[in-house]
Amino acid sequence: MADGIKDKVAVLGMGCSRFGERWESDAEDLAAEALVECLEDAGIEKKDIQAAYIGTHFPTMHIGKAAPPLAVALKLPYIPVTRLENYCATATEAFRAACYSVAAGVYDIVLALGVEKLKDTGYGGLPAAGVLGVKPFMIGSNATAPGMFAQLGTAYSARWGISMEKIKDALAHISAKSHANGALNPKAHLRKVITEEQIKAAPMIAYPLGLFDCCGVSDGSACAIVTTPEIAKSMKKNQNVVNVKALSVTVSSGDEALNTSWDGAHFATTRIAATNAYKEAGIKDPREEISMFEVHDCFSITEMVTMEDLHISPKGGAYEDIMSGFYDLDGQIPCQIDGGLKCFGHPIGASGLRMIYAMYEQLLERVPEERKVKNARLGLTHNLGGFPHQNVCAMSIVGLD
Amino acid sequence: MVGICSFSGYVPRYRLNRKLIYQAMGWMNPGNIANAKGEKAVANFDEDSITMAVAAGLIALTGKDRSKVECVYLASTTMPYKERLNSNIVSAALGLNDHIRTADFSGGLKAGTTALLAALEGVESKRLNNVVVTAAECRLGKPASPQELILGDAAAAMVVGNENVLAEFKGSYSVAYDFVDHYRGHSTKYDRQWEDRWIRDLGYDQFVPEVINGLLNKYALKIEDFAKVIYDCHYPAARKKLNKVIGIAPDADQNNFQTEIGQSGAAQSLMMLSSALEEANPGDKLLVVSFGSGCDALYFEVTENIKKRAKNNGISTSLTNKAFLDNYSKYLVWRGILPGEGGLRTEEDEWTRWPALWRSRKMVLGLWGTKCRKCRAVQIPPQKVCVNQECNAVGETEDYLFSDKVGYIESFTGDMLAATLNPPAIYGQIKFDGGGKMMFDFTDCDLDVLKTGMSVSMSFRRKYYDEKRDLSGYFWKAVPFKEEN
Repeated sequence: MADGIKDKVAVLGMGCSRFGERWESDAEDLAAEALVECLEDAGIEKKDIQAAYIGTHFPTMHIGKAAPPLAVALKLPYIPVTRLENYCATATEAFRAACYSVAAGVYDIVLALGVEKLKDTGYGGLPAAGVLGVKPFMIGSNATAPGMFAQLGTAYSARWGISMEKIKDALAHISAKSHANGALNPKAHLRKVITEEQIKAAPMIAYPLGLFDCCGVSDGSACAIVTTPEIAKSMKKNQNVVNVKALSVTVSSGDEALNTSWDGAHFATTRIAATNAYKEAGIKDPREEISMFEVHDCFSITEMVTMEDLHISPKGGAYEDIMSGFYDLDGQIPCQIDGGLKCFGHPIGASGLRMIYAMYEQLLERVPEERKVKNARLGLTHNLGGFPHQNVCAMSIVGLD
Repeated sequence: MVGICSFSGYVPRYRLNRKLIYQAMGWMNPGNIANAKGEKAVANFDEDSITMAVAAGLIALTGKDRSKVECVYLASTTMPYKERLNSNIVSAALGLNDHIRTADFSGGLKAGTTALLAALEGVESKRLNNVVVTAAECRLGKPASPQELILGDAAAAMVVGNENVLAEFKGSYSVAYDFVDHYRGHSTKYDRQWEDRWIRDLGYDQFVPEVINGLLNKYALKIEDFAKVIYDCHYPAARKKLNKVIGIAPDADQNNFQTEIGQSGAAQSLMMLSSALEEANPGDKLLVVSFGSGCDALYFEVTENIKKRAKNNGISTSLTNKAFLDNYSKYLVWRGILPGEGGLRTEEDEWTRWPALWRSRKMVLGLWGTKCRKCRAVQIPPQKVCVNQECNAVGETEDYLFSDKVGYIESFTGDMLAATLNPPAIYGQIKFDGGGKMMFDFTDCDLDVLKTGMSVSMSFRRKYYDEKRDLSGYFWKAVPFKEEN
């Protein structure tokens, strides 16, 4: 009987490049930047890595498809390397594959690396690049990511009878909080404090979302080396070790997109993935037990709705928690502690690992006092790839051994 | 009895005040002030002759059994395709059978009446019944030309058959001349015309009386026998003179909608006939005369059934549904006259995969979804595996038409990032009465009036134009109901 991933895999080391508009760097350079930090942190050499999973979403716009280009660029020594892709959940999927291969007992030391170079695309936002396939070209709406997620706002307003003005207040608080957190982080893309007034006065991108409701389009890379808890403990004597507590992925079944029962105001996948993750991690009351979040705040409305779907704020009641500062850095459960996708940045294929990196550095108390989460023991990361009506949700829970 | 069993008119939502055009281009041709009265109907950026023909056809088929339609004709001189039968796209969008006859009528502006005649005579021959005749036009005048002001976009449709006839077909008379008043060559974008005086004094003055007298003589009728004479001549002075010469009384002179719509080419006669039928009484005789490369004259007698006709299907309904285009340059960009910078998103190169379209043609062109034979769950787009988790039957589906269903807005947005010629791109989730849900682009609406829960109807539109390969792709969009705007 399968009993989940809890405490079967440990994080031996992590690395994360500076995110941002890295005009001077190729994707390969960013990956190398993250890997160098990671190897040093893990205290191993490249030849110790037995397998690697690499994630990118738009590889044809930088490194090219499949595994060899990046394996060659990083000079990975004739090991199994697999490239995988699952929208914005890509890096979490790379991490999951690495963890499962260790838990399966096939390998002892495995690399998960995500990288994306978005600033060579020339777009504000993401290119369409034919990623949706043939049918959406024939019958899909002329949509962009902000427009798809913006619809959560109109549907949420209708579902819970909450005025758009009130929703906009909550969204402004969400973005202002992420800007404040990002400003403290030297590796973050957007490092400017922005007021709620500025956020609400920004030009509209997709009603009801304005410019500051949308996350940064960034270049960056993040990676992790995972191993067994036994090996980690033997290599990191007298040090805290970060263990994987849960890995949970849920993909839409078509129910949201095609059935009339879905209200358009929540993520069905996140609700299920969260329930599964808490069960796997043995968490009974997430609102009391989880120390911090990195959720998929591609847009501020996504964060608002997600805090309900993670079963933290009551359904239809995120507004009160958001406005009371519950998710602020000094609140009960800080959210987007490194600035989030919003300000740390969102290089698609790297984001899941960047979130885990944010948890990892907090759990090991490697961050300066000004952005430290008090008593951080258990962190949750959440990726949402695709669109509200059709998506992949990937979560991890990591914590101290 | 053979005749018209149903009729409709369609005018696109947008109107351009002719003064706006004159303000922008009058400096180049000050004499155009004579044509700068009223407004012209302008197809939306996602409309063309095919989509407008579909719009008119759908109205004409309201309440009709679509499975009984045996033939579809499209008349237009502005068809999007030279090779690929345009009427086939219209037929598929109307949700009709595959085993029917289709044909395009083009070339001259009298193509509309010629298509109607072909339908009427086909039904008379007893080899055809329930023929849908559509006519639509989007002709372009070059900036500063008289045509830019005179021409308008519109469509009309008639169902011709032998049951429940509203207007019985009694006869016709035609003249055909290679009289080149207007022409467009093989690759010409804009209409070209010869001198107005020649068109008026030789063209209209000679051919219209000639064809009318030919018909009157053939059937031993007098012009006074007709309650309405429906003829196409946009020159006000020439019209006045012709009325006098032919003997058309003021109340028998059917409005040509020159100041409300503009000259709509091959659709003009059918559009005017549709309007006349809205006002007609049993026993009225109607004379329809087209003009362009000759003339067709058609003679109808209105039956008692006209009292039972479906309402709200004519030009009058379309005319009240209007929004003014606030600027002339938007019109120029929509028609591809002025190249506007749409950004990188407009430059993404996506191919139309014809085999994929062929497999999905019922969905893409006709908006057919599926209904599960086992659990009766309705779904769109069609699903091989039933979406109902309790059922999940594989391949147990039957066709289910969505194009005639009412939907409700569940969510929406107005997207400034998406590439469109009419920003913001408005789209959202639509839930249908009777089941089924899908995300659609919205059109013919403004963001600031939208609310969740509003009802929508479905409209066939041009989804994209592939400039590199010169092809138009089509799909359906949601149009919020007007009364709730």
